[in-house]
Amino acid sequence: MNEITITHILFVSTALFFIGMYGLFTRRNMITMLMAVELILNSVNINFVAFNKYLYPGKLDGVFFTIFVVTIAAAEAAVAIAIIINLYRSHQSIDVEDAGEMKY
Amino acid sequence: MNASVIIFYIISALILGAGILAVTTRKIFRAAIFLLLSLVGIAALYFWMEVEFIAAVQIIIYVGGIVVLIIFSIFLTQKSGDEMPKPLRNRSVFSALSVLFGFAFTYNLIRTNRFAESSPGTFQVKVSDIGTQMLSTKEHGYVLPFEVVSILLLAAMIGCIVIAMKSKPAEAITES
Repeated sequence: MNEITITHILFVSTALFFIGMYGLFTRRNMITMLMAVELILNSVNINFVAFNKYLYPGKLDGVFFTIFVVTIAAAEAAVAIAIIINLYRSHQSIDVEDAGEMKY
Repeated sequence: MNASVIIFYIISALILGAGILAVTTRKIFRAAIFLLLSLVGIAALYFWMEVEFIAAVQIIIYVGGIVVLIIFSIFLTQKSGDEMPKPLRNRSVFSALSVLFGFAFTYNLIRTNRFAESSPGTFQVKVSDIGTQMLSTKEHGYVLPFEVVSILLLAAMIGCIVIAMKSKPAEAITES
């Protein structure tokens, strides 16, 4: 208890991942679902940095993976928000239950 | 219990508490603000792990970019004072159960696994090292993913413009 090991940090990132999963399961608003996806991506980033720091301190690969994940998350958020705005124009709503034309 | 440990627990409580509130609160604007708090907490965790560059990247891109984008899209699409409808009772109960089970399973694996830890004191990230290795074409260089990501960003930018563009002029042309 007197020293933070990698297990503590993995606890935080695992808990954050499953909080994001809970949000993705329960929310039906597209913007809040996007927020849940951001939480999940951030928990993965914490894992990369923690493994880099505690297991391979002489290398930098985890840092690079974190940078690339952040970049791709930014691109993903931009495309998702473009889709959300387009959906709002055609349906006047961003609830996923209202956009069921292609469901079956 | 030294100061570093206490700071780690405070940061973790901030991240997890703000994260839980972000996915459970029913006002969408508050959800965005709690997401912001959680992301700032993650940046603080990067500072705690002594990767200042990643912490700066996190603050610039997430806090300065993505959350602002989300808040703008909330203002464009929603009345932000309204409460969202409650999730169905069955859905939230079973989601919570599956999430708790998944968390217990995963954390049990993590807890029983023995990581071969080396001494964490030697880990230091210099920005010059990151830059050199990022653009190096030799072994362990990351120049190819760097270029691929730049193409991806360009494609995402053009794709966003095309998707969000109003198609009124084209319809007007075909109608006339």
